Amino acid sequence: MKPAPFDYLRAGTAAEALETLHQCGGDARILAGGQSLLPMLNMRLARPGVVIDIMHVPEWQRIETTETTLRIGAGVRQIALERHPGLRQPLLTAALDWVGHAQTRSRGTVCGSVAHADPSAELPLVLVALKGTIHLRSRRRRRDVAAADFFTGMMATTRTDEEMIEAVSIPTARPGTGTAFREMARRHGDFAIVACAAVADATTVRLAVAGVADRPTAIDLPADPATRDDALDTFAWSLDARDDLHATARYRRELVRQIGRSVMQEAMQCRA
Amino acid sequence: MPRLTADRRHTVRFTLNGRAVEGEAEPRLLLVDFLRHVLGATGTHVGCEHGVCGACTIQIDGDPARACIMLAVQADGADIRTVEGLAPAPDRLSVLQDCFREFHGLQCGFCTPGILMSLDAFLRAQPDATEPEIRTMLSGHLCRCTGYVPIMAAALAARDRLKANPDA
Ligand code: FES
Ligand code: FES
Repeated sequence: MKPAPFDYLRAGTAAEALETLHQCGGDARILAGGQSLLPMLNMRLARPGVVIDIMHVPEWQRIETTETTLRIGAGVRQIALERHPGLRQPLLTAALDWVGHAQTRSRGTVCGSVAHADPSAELPLVLVALKGTIHLRSRRRRRDVAAADFFTGMMATTRTDEEMIEAVSIPTARPGTGTAFREMARRHGDFAIVACAAVADATTVRLAVAGVADRPTAIDLPADPATRDDALDTFAWSLDARDDLHATARYRRELVRQIGRSVMQEAMQCRA
Repeated sequence: MPRLTADRRHTVRFTLNGRAVEGEAEPRLLLVDFLRHVLGATGTHVGCEHGVCGACTIQIDGDPARACIMLAVQADGADIRTVEGLAPAPDRLSVLQDCFREFHGLQCGFCTPGILMSLDAFLRAQPDATEPEIRTMLSGHLCRCTGYVPIMAAALAARDRLKANPDA
């Protein structure tokens, strides 16, 4: 398994990367950490004519924090986020530990995982759970897309060929909210069979699920456990789950009910 | 902005186990193949070629990473360490290597270079790593013959010995 031939461009500025993307469109692929793209190249599931390395663009290497938001640039590796002091978003911290392995987080980027849009991936799940934002940019324009609208199917997003993800924004923990994350995988670091993230405030609990449908999916449920359990059941059965090598659709839905219930409880309990 | 064309080889330079090295690579050449076939450093193994098995794990700028899902041209200017860089002298094993020998942490040795490079970085970063933490880190490696019990025994012994004598 070796990649098919391509030209390799090392962009030094955002303008260079965006200009090339504009010219080549669908024939170009952005290379950041490479932990999703390189397997695709090796298996020849992707055969771009041009690969644009963006890791030498200083402005995309930044993590910017404000009181309410964490903005993570396209070149920020997952390990940089793990090592970043004061992340102030416990859900992100909890989920990061489950993203691939330490040996892939050392290279993989946050935005790269979001761009790849694997339906079982943790970082897209966190974005959907926390109502994060995807910042897209092309040579011509910038636009922001809410995470819930960004993922449109199995490895499919609303990003057009001449756009790239310039950054993603994740809200920091708000007072009075609690979060929890749990995942079921064969081994730690394997693709999630089911991953659940919950965000609770005084009146509602938001539950987001990955690994079941063709994209991360969220629902807002009442905090009151009496009505919540029924709504959770309905949600679990509404997810378009598929049988595959690792688990049946039925098993996945059952996991959503079990793990979903427990993460929501945990999120309620740890409300600060 | 350098554009390295698909149909030519381009010079790649980096530091390998403390020494400056260079070689020629097409853009599509994987770092692990560059190490093995261009530089002749065959200590790093190749298994799955898609980032799953861990056999090709090396250290890039101090952190363990997969050499099969990185291009040689991406490594330009990096500081790379491979299993060849572990032994302090040609006739002496490192503490970690010696623990693998003593506790039978390898049988065929196919997975071993990758596991050693992960553990070497991990135990240096976290000298007090707990057994579950080491297990989680090792979940990034597949061993198909030794079994993980002796690998864990070797890793725990190495942790204890390195802690007692960090300069070893
Ligand atoms: S050969 Fe690189 S992870 Fe398997
Ligand atoms: S020692 Fe043979 S695969 Fe691990």
